[in-house]
Amino acid sequence: MTPNAKRKAVALISGGLDSMLAAKVIMEQGIDVHGVNFFTGFCVEGHTSAIRERHKIKPKRNNALWCAEQLGIPLHIIDISNEYKDIVLNPKHGYGQHLNPCLDCKIFMVNQASASAYAADHGFDFVVTGEVIGQRPKSQRREAMPVIARESGAGDRLLRPLCALNLEPTLPEREGWVDRARLFGFHGRDRKPQIELAKHFGFEDFAQPAGGCCFLTDKYYSAKFADLLRARGKRDYELDDIMLLKVGRHMRPTDRFKLIIGRDQGENKYLLGYQKRFLNLRMVSHEGPLTLIDGAPNDQDIELAMRIVARYSQGRNADQVEMKVTWPDRQERLVRVVPLTPTEIPDEWHV
Amino acid sequence: MNGMSKHSLDARGLLCPIPVIRAQELARTLTAGDLVELVATDPGVMHDVPAWCRVHGHDVITSKEQDDEYLIQFKIGTG
Repeated sequence: MTPNAKRKAVALISGGLDSMLAAKVIMEQGIDVHGVNFFTGFCVEGHTSAIRERHKIKPKRNNALWCAEQLGIPLHIIDISNEYKDIVLNPKHGYGQHLNPCLDCKIFMVNQASASAYAADHGFDFVVTGEVIGQRPKSQRREAMPVIARESGAGDRLLRPLCALNLEPTLPEREGWVDRARLFGFHGRDRKPQIELAKHFGFEDFAQPAGGCCFLTDKYYSAKFADLLRARGKRDYELDDIMLLKVGRHMRPTDRFKLIIGRDQGENKYLLGYQKRFLNLRMVSHEGPLTLIDGAPNDQDIELAMRIVARYSQGRNADQVEMKVTWPDRQERLVRVVPLTPTEIPDEWHV
Repeated sequence: MNGMSKHSLDARGLLCPIPVIRAQELARTLTAGDLVELVATDPGVMHDVPAWCRVHGHDVITSKEQDDEYLIQFKIGTG
């Protein structure tokens, strides 16, 4: 038995290549590695493909689970969607390019990995992440590395195997739990070293999402999120709010209401799950989308909403279309409206 | 009698990975040999739940699509 046989590490597994490689590098040194993955509500993980019809041919795998399976380690998925609100709404270190609080997010996740009930149950000796200095502009700057270690509470029990040679030795290295000589000195945005290492370990078909695994790095999603907070007049949200930002065409003709218009059968089906909580519109005379109305529209707003929705139905060129309006209290009304023309829908209505 | 019990998990309307998280929460309260019947509407469960079962040593007994719903029955492992 090697001296390392009883050492245990918890690895943050995002579902991307770097975290998978980092875990593998440590496993290769005889450490017992467990994976943790965090559900923030903003995770890209398969949501869009699960909802949208046109993505049905794409495999609907969860990349974090896929990584765990490739590595042969248990993966614990931790729901932090409630606690995460404070990270998103009040990031101490500010936002990245959009509404992505990457540095605060990383600090929070490392903290959760090392201090959660799951960590306490398993008695991990150290935390492993797939960070690479210079890989990402906000959270993976050289200056950010000690901030994450310090503010997460992990201190020098935080080991980044892919760029460890560019950093001071951590406790696992100093104590000889891991051999520093078998760690790496990757830096910058070049992906070649990671691709080479993946090849060395025999990993294929790994995920490499361009914007990472979080919708908040997406400028369109962030714009919709900013619109939601502005329209609500308060910096707060529920899980359903942010889930619905991933679905449909969002249009806000006035401050009083927003339309969420299904773009295909998959989205219509998903929106159906919310129909009892929102005023909703369904086409009767023609094929068309299911639409939810978020906010407090007046009668004129509802008519405008119907005319907009008609524009996105098969009845767009008809003189009139018939639609059913259903209120959350199940009251219903059939209404005929004239579809708007394209020029009657200003670009600024699109969120 | 081995004391095996059967449990239902309704994950309809939830998107992955939430059904997996719900399965994980339920599994923590169960013992080896217990059966779980999960029903969901996100087709992603057909991949994710079996993957989660494999990494945790649970056994998928059946999985099928029926009337736009996805049904997976699995047995809690000893891991």
